[in-house]
Amino acid sequence: MIDESLASLSDTFFTVAVVVYSLALVAFCAELAFGRPVRSRQLVGAGAPVQGASAAAGTEPARARRLGSVAMVLTGLGLVAHAASLVTRGMSADRLPWGNMYEFSTVVVLVAVLAYLVLAVRAPQLRHIGVFVLGPVVVSLALIRMVLYVEAGPLVAALRSWWLAVHVSTATLGFGVFFVSGIVSVLYLVRSRREERAESGEVLAPSLLDRLPSAAVLDRTAHRTAVFGFPIWTFAVIAGAIWAEGAWGRFWGWDPKETWAFIAWIVYAAYLHARTTSGWRGRPSAWINVVGLAVMVFNLLYVNFVSTGLHSYAGV
Amino acid sequence: MTTTAPPRPAAPATPPSPPSPGHRVLARLLRWWRQLTAMRTALMLLFLLAVASIPGSLLPQRSLSQTNVNRYFAEYPTLARWLDRLFLFDVFSSPWFAAIYLLLFISLIGCVVPRAIEHGRSLFTPPPPVPRHLQRLPEHAELSTSLPGAAALDVVEEELRVRRFRVVRREGRSGPEVSGEKGYLRETGNVLFHLSLLALLLGLAGGKMWGYEGSILVTEGQGFCNSFQQYDTYRSGPLVSGGDLTALCVNLEDFEAVYEQNLTAASFTADISYDVDGGEPVARTIGVNDPLRLDGDRVYVTGHGYSPEFTIVLPDGTALTDLSAPFLPTDPGTLASQGVLKVPDLGTGATEQLAVEGFFAPTGVVQAGVLTSVDPRPLDPQVAVIVYAGYLGLDSGLPQSVFSLDQDQIDRGSLNEVGRANLAVGESTTLPDGTVVTFSGFKEFAAIQVSHDPGQVWVLGASIAVLAGLLGMLLVRRERVFARVIPGPDGGGTVLSVGSLTRGSADTGPRFTALIDDVGAALATRAAQGPAAAPPLSEEAPPS
Ligand code: HEM
Repeated sequence: MIDESLASLSDTFFTVAVVVYSLALVAFCAELAFGRPVRSRQLVGAGAPVQGASAAAGTEPARARRLGSVAMVLTGLGLVAHAASLVTRGMSADRLPWGNMYEFSTVVVLVAVLAYLVLAVRAPQLRHIGVFVLGPVVVSLALIRMVLYVEAGPLVAALRSWWLAVHVSTATLGFGVFFVSGIVSVLYLVRSRREERAESGEVLAPSLLDRLPSAAVLDRTAHRTAVFGFPIWTFAVIAGAIWAEGAWGRFWGWDPKETWAFIAWIVYAAYLHARTTSGWRGRPSAWINVVGLAVMVFNLLYVNFVSTGLHSYAGV
Repeated sequence: MTTTAPPRPAAPATPPSPPSPGHRVLARLLRWWRQLTAMRTALMLLFLLAVASIPGSLLPQRSLSQTNVNRYFAEYPTLARWLDRLFLFDVFSSPWFAAIYLLLFISLIGCVVPRAIEHGRSLFTPPPPVPRHLQRLPEHAELSTSLPGAAALDVVEEELRVRRFRVVRREGRSGPEVSGEKGYLRETGNVLFHLSLLALLLGLAGGKMWGYEGSILVTEGQGFCNSFQQYDTYRSGPLVSGGDLTALCVNLEDFEAVYEQNLTAASFTADISYDVDGGEPVARTIGVNDPLRLDGDRVYVTGHGYSPEFTIVLPDGTALTDLSAPFLPTDPGTLASQGVLKVPDLGTGATEQLAVEGFFAPTGVVQAGVLTSVDPRPLDPQVAVIVYAGYLGLDSGLPQSVFSLDQDQIDRGSLNEVGRANLAVGESTTLPDGTVVTFSGFKEFAAIQVSHDPGQVWVLGASIAVLAGLLGMLLVRRERVFARVIPGPDGGGTVLSVGSLTRGSADTGPRFTALIDDVGAALATRAAQGPAAAPPLSEEAPPS
């Protein structure tokens, strides 16, 4: 039933993806290191948005730009290998490649990389967050490979349903987008602290952080991505409930995974609200977004490993 | 999504004389009501609901697994008793969870209903008048044209109408003005979202009140009817009485489990026949992800296992055949199962009762006298049994599990072991008194669940509406555009001043620039057709 050669090809692609992403990460690091903004106030003030010390594209040394392009291309190649790994795995077992935790988490990371690439292509200044996205991506993939790996195999009966396509694909899509959103909020927290200090007149040693987009841009990006992810997540939960009605005999039963999906939903709703509530704008709302990501990861790891719920069969 | 509280009627003016106690109470209640119905409170309550559900996922819950709760009690007796007092093993049906839920419900009503009314009214009111200081709006531009003021405003009006704005023209302090607004769907989405959230809560509550759920293990060839007495376990809402249950009877004709090569379960199917209200029986196959849905009731297969069958021949020759009891799987991978067959009635003359307690392996392997199961398929079914004789204690008044013996009876010596054996199908063991117990075969049983939740269609509809409202709220932006004209500085022509205000999550700069570009172009064409043609003089770029 299982095509072993495809299955091992999938494993190879996985490794290739990790290696290529790591190379991209190195290139991104090099870009940051060599691409110090030309540190003369006047120059920066001339063409760049004034907020903070963000370097405008024009002041970027050519070498850094080249490194940046290399990093982007490598990320794209990694994504192709990453996708190929999932496709071959799906083909090896003749089913959708998200039937267990290994595959599910791999798709989540794929969506996160894709979300980053879309952001970086649409708004080139966001390219500079690459290190901070690819870093967690490489670490997550390595952990997924070491801890969650399972051999390719057939689906258990409960998962043989059309809803696997609907529910799990949207759950991964939402999760991947929230993943990027959460990282951007973390960067925002760091960057806005730095801008605050700069504004209060403190003399700051130059830092790689200066190469990040301005806090305002980061905040807006985090919010936009969360706005994109929220309806998808809502849909995933509703689809899960519809499936549960057919599979488990009730649409909602406070199973641990359901409970934490609900909690995540509320946290993200709170984040979207907080952004428009006076007193919560800026850092406090960014913290809520970070908590949201923590809840998502907790839901994936704790609920599958520690507690026994109905989702557990899809587990490790 | 906004968090501005709905506008409220002004507080009643305090009368000069000291208010009567009645007034004071009323005023206090009014204040509480307002606090409760503020959007912020609703948010806090929503948050609280999330926090309150955390213990429900970390501690074992009775609604999910009574066994896990019992285990917790055994491990931490004192702590468990305290937790239980706080309803922490029944979080989702606890009074404090209900309290949050109820407060949230009231708060939502108080905050959504006025808002919905307000919005309904705004659908029929024209866009607001032009603000005095147009240039202070987030987006603003000025265009000069040789056209007279009214004609310039015509151009703006046309451009706005093309963009599906609702436009109104008013006579302002300094001449004609245009206000345009679009994106009412945003607020409609908001109201829809919140109202649907209310509907969803109502549907959930209704389902809990009028819903029930019963489950039962049915061995092939047997059946049951939908009544609380027959179920092994059931749960029902407070407003359900036994008589409300649909008259539904189900027989399990055949059960089949299919496995992949690596023993992953591929499918479970149960051939059932059912009848409603004593009508004609209908045959149907149900399985995982494929329940039987009747009008209001659903029938599921939620699990399966084996019921070993025994034949008992008493010393006097009386044969009891086809005795079977479901054995519960202890290992879902190999379906190794445990259970007990209780035989309280051995027929006339018998003073003793019998019980066959045992371990069933669908594919058994015996190593050093110990039977284990290696495959969930019944390739070589075997049992390891211990036979007890004596008094089972079934009529002692205490509830007893059908899957195990009453340990008290054994400890007390009223139930004694009289034999043990490992048996393959057809093999038997003879007890000291001459009774012969034969393992004659097995049947499969299915765990069948009947559910009734009148709220679930409502909940589905409401959640789809929640999603629709959410999309409206997040994707549509409400835009207001205002324009006024003033005579040009040198006496000829007109200066057109346009500003816009957008509520939404997208970048608005480009859209405004596009609008201004189109207006500018249209003004130029119009002016070229007219007698005095002059290009726009200045255009102030909107701040980005
Ligand atoms: C109300 C019902 C449901 C909710 C709220 C829900 C929620 C979720 C969530 C939040 C995830 C994301 C995974 C994570 O963060 O760990 C997920 C994944 C998944 N769900 Fe559901 N779900 C529901 C019903 C179902 C049903 C009925 C099935 C199948 C019978 C199912 C199968 C899966 C699978 C296979 C995954 C991905 C794999 C994994 O987590 O290992 N879900 N679900």
